[in-house]
Order: sequence, then C-alpha cells, then structure tokens
Amino acid sequence: MSALPRRELVLFSGLVVVVALVFSWMGAAYGTRMLVEASCYAIIGLGLTIQWGYAGLFNVGIMGFIALAAFVSLFVTYPVNAAFWGSGAPAELGWALLAIAAGAAAVYAASQTHRLGLPKAWRTLLTMIVLAVAYLWAQSIFDPATTRIERGAGWIGGLGLPVWLGWAAGGVAAGALGWAMGRITLGLRADYMAIATLGISEIVKAFLKNADWLTRGTLTVSPIPWPVPTPQELGFVASRAAYLSITAILIAVIFVLLQRAWHSPWGRMMRAIRDNEVSAAAMGKDVNRRRLEMFVLGNVIIGIGGAALVTFTSIFDPSAFMPLNHTFLIWVMVILGGAGNNLGTVFGVVLVYVIWTMSEPAALFLFQQAASWGDALFGWRAPADLSTRALQMRVFVIGLTITLVLRFAPNGLLPEKPVKYE
Amino acid sequence: MEAGLLAALPVQELVFFINRGLLAGLIIGSVYALGAVGVTLIFGILRFAHFAHGDMMTIGAFVALICVALFPGGGSILGLPAAFVLMPVAMVVTALLAIGVDRTFYAPLRRAKVRPVVIVMSSIGVMLMMQGLVRLFAGTGTWQLEAGGAKTIYRLPLLGRDIILTQPQALLIGFTAVAAIALHLFLTRSRMGKAMRAVSDNPDLARVSGISIDSVVRATWVIAGALAAAGGTLLALDVTLKPDLAFNIILPIFAAAIVGGIGQPYGAIAGGMLVGFTETFAVFNWSVLLRPLAPLLPDFVEIPNRIAFVPTEYKIVVPFFILIVVLIWRPTGIFKGRVVK
Repeated sequence: MSALPRRELVLFSGLVVVVALVFSWMGAAYGTRMLVEASCYAIIGLGLTIQWGYAGLFNVGIMGFIALAAFVSLFVTYPVNAAFWGSGAPAELGWALLAIAAGAAAVYAASQTHRLGLPKAWRTLLTMIVLAVAYLWAQSIFDPATTRIERGAGWIGGLGLPVWLGWAAGGVAAGALGWAMGRITLGLRADYMAIATLGISEIVKAFLKNADWLTRGTLTVSPIPWPVPTPQELGFVASRAAYLSITAILIAVIFVLLQRAWHSPWGRMMRAIRDNEVSAAAMGKDVNRRRLEMFVLGNVIIGIGGAALVTFTSIFDPSAFMPLNHTFLIWVMVILGGAGNNLGTVFGVVLVYVIWTMSEPAALFLFQQAASWGDALFGWRAPADLSTRALQMRVFVIGLTITLVLRFAPNGLLPEKPVKYE
Repeated sequence: MEAGLLAALPVQELVFFINRGLLAGLIIGSVYALGAVGVTLIFGILRFAHFAHGDMMTIGAFVALICVALFPGGGSILGLPAAFVLMPVAMVVTALLAIGVDRTFYAPLRRAKVRPVVIVMSSIGVMLMMQGLVRLFAGTGTWQLEAGGAKTIYRLPLLGRDIILTQPQALLIGFTAVAAIALHLFLTRSRMGKAMRAVSDNPDLARVSGISIDSVVRATWVIAGALAAAGGTLLALDVTLKPDLAFNIILPIFAAAIVGGIGQPYGAIAGGMLVGFTETFAVFNWSVLLRPLAPLLPDFVEIPNRIAFVPTEYKIVVPFFILIVVLIWRPTGIFKGRVVK
C-alpha cells in the first residue's frame, strides 16, 4: 500500500472517460440503463471471482444459477394470484408435493436396506425399482395437478413479498443448487464440474421454459416488481438512478466483505488450497469441504446479482437466458479484469459490458459498410439476414478474447496481488 | 395353428417398438459414439475435456454441405447421397482444422504448463469462435444436406409389417460399425495405435521409451476430427443441418465418454449406445406395448394414453442423469477409465 496504485488509477480514469462518452452520445437514459446492468453483472462477476479466482473452481453453468435465482425472486415478489389460491388447486398441488416427498422417503429407505443385512447388489436393484415406481406414481399425481392449474388459474402467481426478500431467496436457492452440484463433482477432476454445471444450467432453463404452471413458460411474466419506483412514476433517468444506487450499495457491501475475507486467515487458506492442493491437505485442511464453501458462497452472490439483473429488465422470459450472455460474457469479464482481484473484476465487468453493448450498433454499422463496399466493387449481394449474422460476429469475438487472454495475459489487466505477510 | 399364434402376437406394437425404440436408439447412439470416441481420446491423451467437439461436428457437416454444393452430382454414380460420397473430403478438412486449432490455441498453453482446466476454458473459447463463424457464414437457418428428392427407404418385412430404415440411417449405422472395427484394428495392431495407448496410460513412461508425443497428439486430432466430421455429416443427413446442432449434442457426448471410462475408445462406443438407448427409451411411449395386454387385465386397471419416463421436452435431463449416477456410483466409468483426479 506504499506506492500509489498507478495502474488502477489509469485504468479506472480511462473507464470513466469511456462511460462519460457513452452518456454524451447515447443520452442519460441509455447510459444509466447500461450502468445498472453493468452493476448487476459486477455482482455476478464478484461471485465468479470467488469461485474461479479464489478457489479455482470451474463453473460454466452461471446461466442456470442466474435463471433459478431470478425465478425464485419472481415467485417471492410477484403479486398474489387470487384465482389460483381461490380454487382447489393449492390443495391438489400440496398432495402432489407430499407424494413426491413420500416417494423420496421410500427411495431413501430402499437405499438403506443394506443395514438390514441385504446384499449390496440386491440393495442397488431394489433402489432402482423403488425409484422407478415412485417416480411414475408421483408423476401420475403431479401431472393432473399442474394441468388443472394451467387450465384454471393459468399459473400459480407469486407471494407478494418485498423485493429484498426475493433477491435473498434467489441467492439462497442458487446456493442450494450449487451445494448439490458441489457435493457430487467437487471430489473429481475440474473438467467434470464444468460438464456437470453446463448440464444443470441447460436443465434449469428447460424446466423453467416448460413448467407453464409455475413460470408461464414462454408466455413470460411482466412486470416484475422493482425495489424502487418504476419509470412510469419517476421517469427513466431518475428511477434507473435509484436502482443503480441500490445495486451500487450491494456491490460496495459485497466488495468490502470479500476484501476482508481475502486478507483474513480464511482467504489465505483458500489460496493455499488453490495453489497447492496436496500440501494444503497435508496441513490438515479439508480441501473438498472448503471448496464446497467457496462454491456455495459464490453461487449465492451470483444468485443475488442474477435476481437483480432480471428484476431490472422487469420481464421474466426463460428463453432469454443464453449461455453466451449469462455465462461466457461473465467469464470474459472476470478473466480479462483479473480473477482473484476484486477491483480488477469490477473493472473488467464494466469495461466489457460497455464494449458489449456498443458492439451491437458497431457490428451492424461495419457489416452495412462492408456490404455496400462489396456491392459497389464486386457486385456482391449481401444475404438478407445480414443484421442477424453481424451479431454472430460478437460470439466469435467473445471466444477469441477468451483464448487470447488465456494465452497472452492469463492474469488479466489488474492481476491478483500476492499478499505478503511480514 | 401357426396362423392363430401369429395373430395373437402383437406384431404391430412389436414393429412399432423396433422402429421407434430400438432403431431410433441405435441411430442416435451411433452419432453419440462417433463424437464420444474423439472426446475420450483427447481426454485420455491430452487430459482435458474438449468442449469444442460438438462444433467440430457441425463444421464437418458444413464442409460436407459445401462439397455437395460444389459437386451436386457426386453421389449419382454409386447411388448414394452425395454428402456421404464426399464425406471423406469433409473428414480430411476437419482433421486438418483440428490440428490447426491445436497448434494455435492448445499447444502454447500446454507448453506453458498451465492447469488443465485453463485448456478446458480455452476450448470453450474455441467453441464460441467456431459457433460464431458458422453462423456468420451460414446464417441461423436450417439447411438440407440432401439436395432435393426423397430419401431412399429400406423396408424389411417382419411378420406382415415393415421395419423402416432410411438410407442415411443405414449408412450411419454401417459407418459406425466399420469405424469401430477400424479403430480397434488401428489401436491394437498399428505402431501408432499402440503408441497412443501407451501415452494414454502413462505419458512419462511413453516419452522416455522414445515415443514422439507430437505425432501421437497429431494422430489423436486426426482421428477425433475425422470421426467428428463423419458423425456431424451423417446426423445432418438423417435430420437437418442446424448451426446450433452442436450445443444440444455436447452433453450426451460427454456423458457417453464418461460412462464408458475416460481414455477408453471401446467404452466410448458402448457409452454412446447406452446414452442413445436410454434417451430413446426414456421418452418412448410404453403404453403402446401395454395396450395388447388390455384384454388380459381386470377392468379397473386402465392403461393411460401415455406412459413415458420423461416428457420429450426434458430429454436433455436423461444424459445428465446418467452422468450424475455414474459420477456418484463409479467415477471411472464402466470400462475403468484412467483420469479421475
């Protein structure tokens, strides 16, 4: 802390200039929207920097955790659907949930029969049979219940609770899913975790998209309640600025807590585990348990950020969750900014998000130019869907950035600083 | 007497089961197997999960599409689809592309001795680049690999009903069988195949016994790229060619490779078939097979119209479920793969 952190100062002042330019070109309403979204991404990025930067855990299913948290937040905060609660559907749904619980209990009981002296092979067979029967039975009770909800009330609606509670619940839900994933994959190679998280994120998306009784599926839900007055009441700039102040406070709180954790004995232990697993284990650290801790904590933060992000868009559309926007973009932000450096992560998020939003008009402009040049010089006719294709260029650029950063600047623009203990 | 027995047999349901269950599982299982062999070889020899494999399959299929567009009459001499006759070109191009990608993106990271997971991430970057390029040049629509005309359909009569197989499906199953045998001969009989197995088992020991790691790596990419191109082309020939073909297929392929045991090519083929059959049987409507039993059952038992374990829209859950079960129960896979930790 002796010398002035010149690198940070230069980079951040450059970033401020860029953001100011965007404000002056595109107007204040556009600029604040971009900043709010960037701030939500910054929360998610801080969650990822815990997982990847602190603990070296490879989570490529961020989209799934965001989507789950967003849904739980929607469920908690959306106004109550009286048509659903007034009908007989809640009781039916309750019975269906009880049936699922009973089925799960039966499967668990079957899986414990070896304690009664049943040979292992028989136990496995028995568990499989009980699982199949219980599954089909629970499905036969559950399906009519959900169909009746879809026919009658449409969907189950929300609980009408305050927004902060929804975000917290979203974080807890994402953390719980992360706990389950971590229990299965953390003892294995990092690659398995990547595959498993990629899979779970697609499954969460498929579930939210098709469970019409729960989420209205592709019909989408809007407007999601905001924690601050909406644009209709305050105007775009003021309401977005109010939203930004809330997310900024969240970032500040998470940032300070993470900074403290990083410099604490706990943070030192985490770095030790990341850098040399074997020697950390030899020092008596429970490597897998600590990693699980990190993974769950990171997912809670990702969930909170994801809930804030989707609440801001004020529409819940399960098909809008894309691995590109909600997983790989965040990876680029974190590794470009500097994984393991909280300040670097926030910097990377804002920088990449500004470039990302600006790249859409830029790509369109470039391709229109190229098409008109091609037409003028060679008589080349551009395909009709040029604009949708131009946007695909961004996928390429994201991929190229990942590979280039990994090869030439593996530590990012603001690398992690080794903590020295005198 | 015999005619009476035949009449009692539920032939229609049985043939329906063969068509929609067994053959469908075999077809999709073959595609998974072709992809999983490459994934498992790369995983075993280079020690990382190659996420760009699905997109390599797509690119292979698009190369075949370009070949068909250049030589539309390529297949007429042999009476086969042009895409199948020109598939070797696509396989060679994709194999060269795979070597190029390895030289440009993965080899420098390997030389820098990074953690394997960083190479995994780099492969995700390559995956996005391939996706972007394919969609940039081919758009986001669907393409037909078969230039006009209906597919030739083979009918095998069985007890008065027909088992139906289209020509691309027959080619796919045949090609997978030939590829499996060729791979087996290559890995057990040829010098390079033995070297590959040695590197997969113990890279250090292989290096000190004079095996050139570079040529082994090259051979790995050639096999993986060629089989990926073949799998992509044959899948696209059977259904349609879509740029996002790859993203839906990568999870079942990984599941197949892990079920079979990482680094075990035979395991990958078995795993591909297992995943393919499980997926098909999970969405199969079993009530069709139960319906002939209806007269035998008491009246109060009613057979529902649809008994499927998984609704079709949740198909992706099946490979994931298999993956999770294997990871919990036996992380080395059925065939005892090597890389777990």
